[in-house]
Amino acid sequence: MSATPGPERRKSIPRTMARLAPFVRPALPRLAGGIAVGIGAGLVALAIPQVLEVLVDSALADGDSSAVLPATLVILALGVVEAFAIMARRWLILAPNTHVESRMRNALYTHLQALPVAFHDRWPSGQLLSRAVHDISLIRRWLAFGVVLLVVNAVTVTVGAVLLIGISPLLGGVFLLSAIPVWLIAIRFERTYTKAARRSQDQAGDLATAVEESVHGIRVLKAFGRGGHALAKFERQAEELRGTEMEKARAVAFIWRWLSLLPDGTLAVCLVLGAVLAARGELSAGSLVAFFATATVLRFPIESIGFLLSFTVDARNSVDRFFEVLDEPVLIADPDEPRTLDAPRGRLEFRGVRFRYPDAPASARDLLDGIDLVVEPGETMAIVGLTGSGKSTLTALPPRLYEVTGGSITIDGVDIRELRLAELRRHVAMAFEDATLFSDTVRANVLLGAPDATDEALAEALSVAQAGFVHDLPHGVDTIIGEEGLSLSGGQRQRLALARAVAAKPAVLVLDDPLSALDVETEVLVEAALRRLLAATTALVIAHRPSTVMLADRVAVLEDGRITAVGTHSQLLAEHEHYRYVISSLETDDTSREEVPA
Amino acid sequence: MSTTTGVSGEEREDLTRAENQAVRARSRKLLIELLTPLRRRLALTLGVVIVSTALQVAGPALVAVGIDRGVPALGGGDPLPLLLAGGGFLAATVLGAVLIGWYRVLQARISQAVLYELRRRVFRHTQRLSLDFHESYTSGRIISRQTSDLDSIRELLDEGLGNLVSGVFYTAFTALALVLLDPISGLALAAAMLPLFVLVRWFQVRSQRAFRSTRTTSARMIVQFVETMTGIRAVQAFRKERANADRFGGLVEDNRRSNASVFRLFGTFDPGLVLIGNLTVAAVLLVGGIRVAEGGLAIGVLLAVLLYVRRFFDPLEELAMFYNGYQSASAALEKISGVLEEAPSVVDPAEPVPLRSPRGHVRFEGVEFAYRSGRVVLPRFDLELPAGQTVALVGATGAGKSTLAKLLSRFYDPTQGAVTLDGVDLRALSPADLRRAIVMVTQEAYLFSGSVADNIALGKPEATRAEIVAAATAVGADEFIRSLPHGYDTDVNKRGGRVSAGQRQLLSFARAFLADPVVLLLDEATASLDIPSERAVQDALQTLLSDRTAVIIAHRLSTVAIADRVLVMEAGRIVEDGTPAELIAGDGRFASLHAAWRDSLI
Repeated sequence: MSATPGPERRKSIPRTMARLAPFVRPALPRLAGGIAVGIGAGLVALAIPQVLEVLVDSALADGDSSAVLPATLVILALGVVEAFAIMARRWLILAPNTHVESRMRNALYTHLQALPVAFHDRWPSGQLLSRAVHDISLIRRWLAFGVVLLVVNAVTVTVGAVLLIGISPLLGGVFLLSAIPVWLIAIRFERTYTKAARRSQDQAGDLATAVEESVHGIRVLKAFGRGGHALAKFERQAEELRGTEMEKARAVAFIWRWLSLLPDGTLAVCLVLGAVLAARGELSAGSLVAFFATATVLRFPIESIGFLLSFTVDARNSVDRFFEVLDEPVLIADPDEPRTLDAPRGRLEFRGVRFRYPDAPASARDLLDGIDLVVEPGETMAIVGLTGSGKSTLTALPPRLYEVTGGSITIDGVDIRELRLAELRRHVAMAFEDATLFSDTVRANVLLGAPDATDEALAEALSVAQAGFVHDLPHGVDTIIGEEGLSLSGGQRQRLALARAVAAKPAVLVLDDPLSALDVETEVLVEAALRRLLAATTALVIAHRPSTVMLADRVAVLEDGRITAVGTHSQLLAEHEHYRYVISSLETDDTSREEVPA
Repeated sequence: MSTTTGVSGEEREDLTRAENQAVRARSRKLLIELLTPLRRRLALTLGVVIVSTALQVAGPALVAVGIDRGVPALGGGDPLPLLLAGGGFLAATVLGAVLIGWYRVLQARISQAVLYELRRRVFRHTQRLSLDFHESYTSGRIISRQTSDLDSIRELLDEGLGNLVSGVFYTAFTALALVLLDPISGLALAAAMLPLFVLVRWFQVRSQRAFRSTRTTSARMIVQFVETMTGIRAVQAFRKERANADRFGGLVEDNRRSNASVFRLFGTFDPGLVLIGNLTVAAVLLVGGIRVAEGGLAIGVLLAVLLYVRRFFDPLEELAMFYNGYQSASAALEKISGVLEEAPSVVDPAEPVPLRSPRGHVRFEGVEFAYRSGRVVLPRFDLELPAGQTVALVGATGAGKSTLAKLLSRFYDPTQGAVTLDGVDLRALSPADLRRAIVMVTQEAYLFSGSVADNIALGKPEATRAEIVAAATAVGADEFIRSLPHGYDTDVNKRGGRVSAGQRQLLSFARAFLADPVVLLLDEATASLDIPSERAVQDALQTLLSDRTAVIIAHRLSTVAIADRVLVMEAGRIVEDGTPAELIAGDGRFASLHAAWRDSLI
């Protein structure tokens, strides 16, 4: 993925996490409250051993059992307080955190919907999905537990260390010294783990892409018997991922080993030292008990450093991946001072329009190299050109799915960039060559651009597109279709896409080869219906076939990125050599072939 | 056949007890299959985790020995007991740490082995499953089996299971140490078991429902997300953004509520555990403290007992977390095992008949084809295609043209009769022989990520660059390929991204050309071509098809020109059969279709 930032340009963890501020801010008071209560719980847990010290030294040493009950009650009270503090921590953090997650998810989705088609060309939906689902929920978990435990544990360990030094400067000092190797190990771990984690995320993404392709391309794989081939490649990728995951596991094993060795090893040393001190009478039995009880409380916070670090590294990667998308600029946006078209007549004009894809090599010419074309109100203009000449790109420009890189497009004299996107796209409706249907009813799919349209309008659009087959579906126009519903044939999908464009009743209708997937008989019917409709609508129609050309009043020839001729079909046929080559050579060829006796 | 066989029970929530048991049994069987080859490693891992937790648990007991025996002995001038306790503690710690590290690696190796095998199986099996399965089970569902379902299993194996196993032993050993050290304190712990059991049971029951709801709400959210992103052109062109954002926002909110209800359960469960733990500590302290004061219990033992009681409750929260992971992972495994249970309707032969230098003589002998539902698409028919003949198949959408082609390419098997190649039933051919002999080019010319050359080479993986270029040149694709930024090495990103539909079709022609089969099927393969490309393809086809059998399906009758024979289909039957000239001269359906088509050319 070209958009993946290299590790060398990575920001530090705190600076990366600070970028979450706008999403976290509303939850901040409760988050802070949660942390405060959490610290409280940690301190209470630390207080229990100190009570124990007093109990042991004052009462048990003297064989005085009457002091046991009050001390136990104090410890009981502290224990109850600790439990409630933990409860308060969880309840405080719970609601705001789920809201942070929702905010981030909605923000990402909204941003993605606004990003231009050129962005989506580069990003497979699987990559976007893993950010929207996996990364954001990881960030939520990190905010709820990672941050809170990081702060709470840091405070608990610090206070605990002070208490240990208070109990015995020598023992506490030894305990504190052990923090130095813990720190060094943590740093080393962060480095190795970060690299492996990032790589594993990328490899998992590639693996998901391989799965997607193997399913979408199943017919090709089967037709050529290449399933084994695809499996071998998939196995290789899965093997690589497994290798990276093992690297991660070894890094985790490394830190677990040391984080379990160091605190307990230190305790072993302290046991010997403490016993010596106690034997010399320099340390009371109660202090020794308190020391070990306190150190035990600190055990979990220290051990959790490893987990919290890998968690934080994962969360940082997720934050990076989230902002990688959110930082993409919305290059096609509403103007600052929009104009409006109240009653558009639909005069569409291309003036010196140039276009090149952002990833085109510098040496390449512009795909559209100065297009000049006027479509008068009510006129139907066909665009004819070779495959790959930029016809489909040209049709994606009027609704601003792509932005011109030079020149301008106007509707009724108004530059389309001066209109709000919503308004522009109300005036311009498209039928794409590859028809996208959503998991929704036929009705909702057809009325996508005109949700308030009446049943009559729906029926009319369906009849223009000759999509009467929908009435034979199990629930008629209320049948759910699309990925999660009934699947339709290519020709049926194309007719619904056409009905959708028609139902939007736009001032300018853009049809990208609207009849390509239809059989001859259906095509004839759709043509007849469309011709009636197009009599009154401004339309731009991409045509591969003479039959589609016949829908148009005039034809424009697209050649080498420019319009080289505009005229009626018969004019061009007579005068324009390239046009003859593109649209009618087959006919002459065909005729000559048929003259050969069969 | 049970209604839950394979993937059919997947979307249902009202499974009966018996159905549920069947689903669980098959997913258990899968799990056992996956784990059986790993049993030695599992045993080793188990041994390591048992020893390492036992060593960890030994700590407090050794501290007790150090305090109770070491301190007095040291006072008496004997350092040995103290050094033994301290040294023992240190040794246990070092060994325990080494083992716990080892355990982590071993456990990761097992879980990675399981994941790898599962991924591989699902991939291999979905490739093996026939087209009728793929037509009803949408691509999105297979993708989520391989991604989100495998993720749930990965999470359980990576995080949950490791903690569960060490947690269980930790708890067990701690309880054991406590009982051995001081049975009376052990009683206090035993008393804590009742409220503990009630709490865990409550959590289990409530969380099961809550977790299920988080899974369904999240699945809905994902569907909406993916649809929006894959259909972004239509979304933007028809201004669906606002409505979509509202809908997605609603789904996100549903998911948020389910998540919040899970967290609320944890918000009660987790402090509940701490409370029970702290109450037990207080109880042990009360009883133990009095006994110490009265001289019935050593102070070190009391300390050790207190430490054990506190540690006993530490892993329990993780066990609760495990339960969540376990539920989603077992739901995921149930779905995956359903896909794996699906039997391909087109099965490879056990003992294939070898096919040496095939000539391409095709016969349909008493063939009938019906869908699983019983609806007959092609009623019984016979058809013979002599080797080398080019046949055009003509008819309206739904007439059965594609079905006939799919029978010949063995995407489907006939429900009656047989399709033979050079006298051999297609069902008796090895997949390699079959696919070398018969290739089908479809309308949807799918491109895989990789270079243009890679995509053409799919027709013949061992092809040289010269052969690839020759194939592309033959179908007239060479020119546009050379105009791409990196020529044949240009990456076709995102489902063929910048390559137009027509160019994709040219590439898939080049693929078929390179594969060089004796029987070639073209199903609407020229639909998106412009006229010059189509002409180039037709010219190429004339040479390409001269020495092989071909079946061409096309809406455009232009293709018919290169055919030796035309079959007109209507409602699953072949209604006309003859040379193009014969049929055009007659007064049948083809004659009128052809006339209409001639008119449309102007």
